[in-house]
Amino acid sequence: MEDKENRTPGDDVEKVVAISRDPSASREWTARLAHFAETREKASYIQLFRHFAPKVKAYIIRLGLTEATAEELMQETMLAVWNKAHLYNSSKAAASTWIFTLARNQSIDWMRRQKYPEYELEDWHVGEDEGDAGEQSVLSDRMAEAMKTLPENQAQVIYMSFFEGRSHQEIADRIGIPLGSVKSRIRLAADKLKSVWRVDV
Amino acid sequence: MSIRHHLDEATLLSYAAGSMSQGMALVTACHLAMCSACRKRAQHSEAIGGALMETLTPSPISDSALDAVLAAIEAQDEPIQVETVRSKPVRPVDSDVPAPLTDYIGESFDEIEWKRIVPGVYYFDLPCQSGGVSRLLRIAPGKAMLPHTHEGNELTLVLKGSFTDEIGRFAAGDIADLDDQIEHQPLVDSSEDCICLVATDAPLKFTTILGRLMQPMTGF
Ligand SMILES: [Zn+2]
Repeated sequence: MEDKENRTPGDDVEKVVAISRDPSASREWTARLAHFAETREKASYIQLFRHFAPKVKAYIIRLGLTEATAEELMQETMLAVWNKAHLYNSSKAAASTWIFTLARNQSIDWMRRQKYPEYELEDWHVGEDEGDAGEQSVLSDRMAEAMKTLPENQAQVIYMSFFEGRSHQEIADRIGIPLGSVKSRIRLAADKLKSVWRVDV
Repeated sequence: MSIRHHLDEATLLSYAAGSMSQGMALVTACHLAMCSACRKRAQHSEAIGGALMETLTPSPISDSALDAVLAAIEAQDEPIQVETVRSKPVRPVDSDVPAPLTDYIGESFDEIEWKRIVPGVYYFDLPCQSGGVSRLLRIAPGKAMLPHTHEGNELTLVLKGSFTDEIGRFAAGDIADLDDQIEHQPLVDSSEDCICLVATDAPLKFTTILGRLMQPMTGF
């Protein structure tokens, strides 16, 4: 957490959102994780590891943890991918989304020495209205596109939430705007990003 | 059960990002355990995190990382038993404690050592890290919570019974997701005690002399 204070809030929003992505990549990784969950093939796991481990580590460093801690938590996260793969449901989340939640939980558990309250990881097999496998990853790609269209002041609050782990109040204090304004910016941004789910795939 | 009061979009995003206090994350997770509509919204909020993680420039990882993790996998006693890990059924809300809360108080409200604030109003503080208030409140029929405002966000989830305040009526599963604009005084209108899970990201401010007197004693 020590280097958090030295960073300008949202200083590299543009760098983050400007990176272009291979539009088919997310679907591929989601299929690969689903395949691994089913078969537990070591070769698939190694491919997943090579792709996601460096992303997971980058995310954890963004939260303000040291390189050594990030390496350790990345390894814990990737171990959890192996151990919890049977809970993965590709109709509910893209691979990147599921692995993101594992990395988030590992990081918070480490920072707080307390388990992050989860809502139903174990219930993912109890299907509500499940979509098609692969649909989530298409939507995830569309959302990455939508991210690029956010006005900078909305991208900034999203970025500060996910990459700096700042609460609404902390964001309000940093930017110097009222709490209510932070929340309405987040609502506007979330609404825009989530609009991909309201369009037919 | 029909839930009428849901989570704010900004609250869901903060939960997905892992950027709210432990207490508020607990209340959020408990509502999600009870509300399939918000669960779906939460999955979409988490997808924002997944998409953002994908945009990051990969960090170099240690050369031995893969070997270290594969060795850790080998060292685990048993292979993962896919078939034995069965999902727990989602429990009906009025029967008991929502799943995320069982880590803190077990499966029932009966064992809680309630502390009295005033006659008919009891509380129990949960050991949540990272600041703010996180507590269970038990309030008798016809009694009210002390009127208060708050500097930051406040989440109040009804677990049993019901109350009415300036905003509306809240029954089991309903969540009041408020910010600092609102002063409210919930009044219990059920025939049984109302049990709520409350969390804030900053200390509460009471607006009556009684409230101010209570403040040092109860930590409100
Ligand atoms: Zn809801």
